[in-house]
Amino acid sequence: MMNNEFGKVISLHEAVQHIDDGCSLMVGGFGGIGSPPSLIEAILNKEVKNMTLICNDTGFPDIGVGRLVSRGRVKKAIVSHIGSNPAAGKLMHEGKLEVEFSPQGVLVERIRAGGVGLGGILVDIGVDNEWVAKGKQVIEVDGRRYLLELPLTADVSIVYAKKGDPFGNLIYDKSARNTNPYVAMAGHITIAEVEEIVPLGQLNPEEIITPGIFINHIVQSKGVNWKWAWE
Amino acid sequence: MGLGVRERMAKRAAKELRSGMIVNLGIGIPSMVPDYLPEGVRVIFQSENGILGMGESPKKGEEDANLCNAGGYPVTVIKGASYSDSATAFAMIRKGLIDVTMLGALQVSEKGDLANWMIPGRRVPGIGGAMELAQKAKKVVVVMNHVNKHGEPKIVKACTLPLTARKCVHLIITDMAVMEVTTEGLLLTEIMEPYDLNDVLQCTAAPLMISKSLKRV
Repeated sequence: MMNNEFGKVISLHEAVQHIDDGCSLMVGGFGGIGSPPSLIEAILNKEVKNMTLICNDTGFPDIGVGRLVSRGRVKKAIVSHIGSNPAAGKLMHEGKLEVEFSPQGVLVERIRAGGVGLGGILVDIGVDNEWVAKGKQVIEVDGRRYLLELPLTADVSIVYAKKGDPFGNLIYDKSARNTNPYVAMAGHITIAEVEEIVPLGQLNPEEIITPGIFINHIVQSKGVNWKWAWE
Repeated sequence: MGLGVRERMAKRAAKELRSGMIVNLGIGIPSMVPDYLPEGVRVIFQSENGILGMGESPKKGEEDANLCNAGGYPVTVIKGASYSDSATAFAMIRKGLIDVTMLGALQVSEKGDLANWMIPGRRVPGIGGAMELAQKAKKVVVVMNHVNKHGEPKIVKACTLPLTARKCVHLIITDMAVMEVTTEGLLLTEIMEPYDLNDVLQCTAAPLMISKSLKRV
């Protein structure tokens, strides 16, 4: 039996008790890679509706968070693109899904800002672009113009990691790391779905990417349950 | 005819690369460029989902779902490669450390303005990482068809579609021609077989200066 001295290791059923209609949900992953499959499935099964989704993208129709979007569970998405999920485009044009686009690198910095307790960030990406700059404050520093981009946080963040220990220390896997370390920091509650839960002391402190202090709950993953686009 | 049109465009684009460059490739034709690197040219491919040092595609059956490019397709890594989170990947881009980016486009203007993220009311795929790449890469190469699927020119005096970034494109490679964006306007340097100058002029909605060393390739 795994040591659970921090009480963080919980079941999927317990995990989705934190995720309710109308909540904001931030999800790690990039095109579905590095998104937590078992938590997404459990949220689908709980039939949570009207969520605000914050994620790099809307995945593919049946991959990653795409499953929540294409089944109409999301009322607003804050993402960098919806290009790989035609269902998202269709819902947007039908007025059933509101989409706020952030340039990809700006989006992850907004998530980071939310996670590290900053009040905003100054970026010059899109400062001369009417679509991106619309409604945003322009701030001049040393003669250069920047947009004030606001931080993002969420009621619940869910992330996917390769290994985690009972304190919630996490390491990720190759390109499945992507936005996960920042999403992990930006949730009021963060739940990590972990491929392998290992005993305390087994992760090298030098190699831990997300210190467990940011993680409230840990669930054991049942593994990826969708087919990848290239399969 | 050896190569198809897309392959020829990818091969032409690959000629822009020099050993030691850090290169970010967009989806579509740009992603085919690594297959056509000239002999002896070694570049480092960066991917904005957190890979610096992407290698060739894996053999069938050796794909790793957690090792993919930004388009979601399996890749490998070369010796000396590193993984990072997305913020670090975009730090490389925003800091101006990418030597060349190759992107697709919906429209490019004679000033090098790039539109590649939405057609209002019709198709809105979103920005992705294109805005950071277009605004911050040292050299921006657009690889696209010369005209859209309705036969309308994509190279225009001024973009009518929402812009990704202003005055960012340095070189345009299409199925018909190669054009440099200069301070005086577009300079036509190459015409692709089987097209001739007339074809190119007819399919371009911006004035073209014609290079003294214009080549037919």
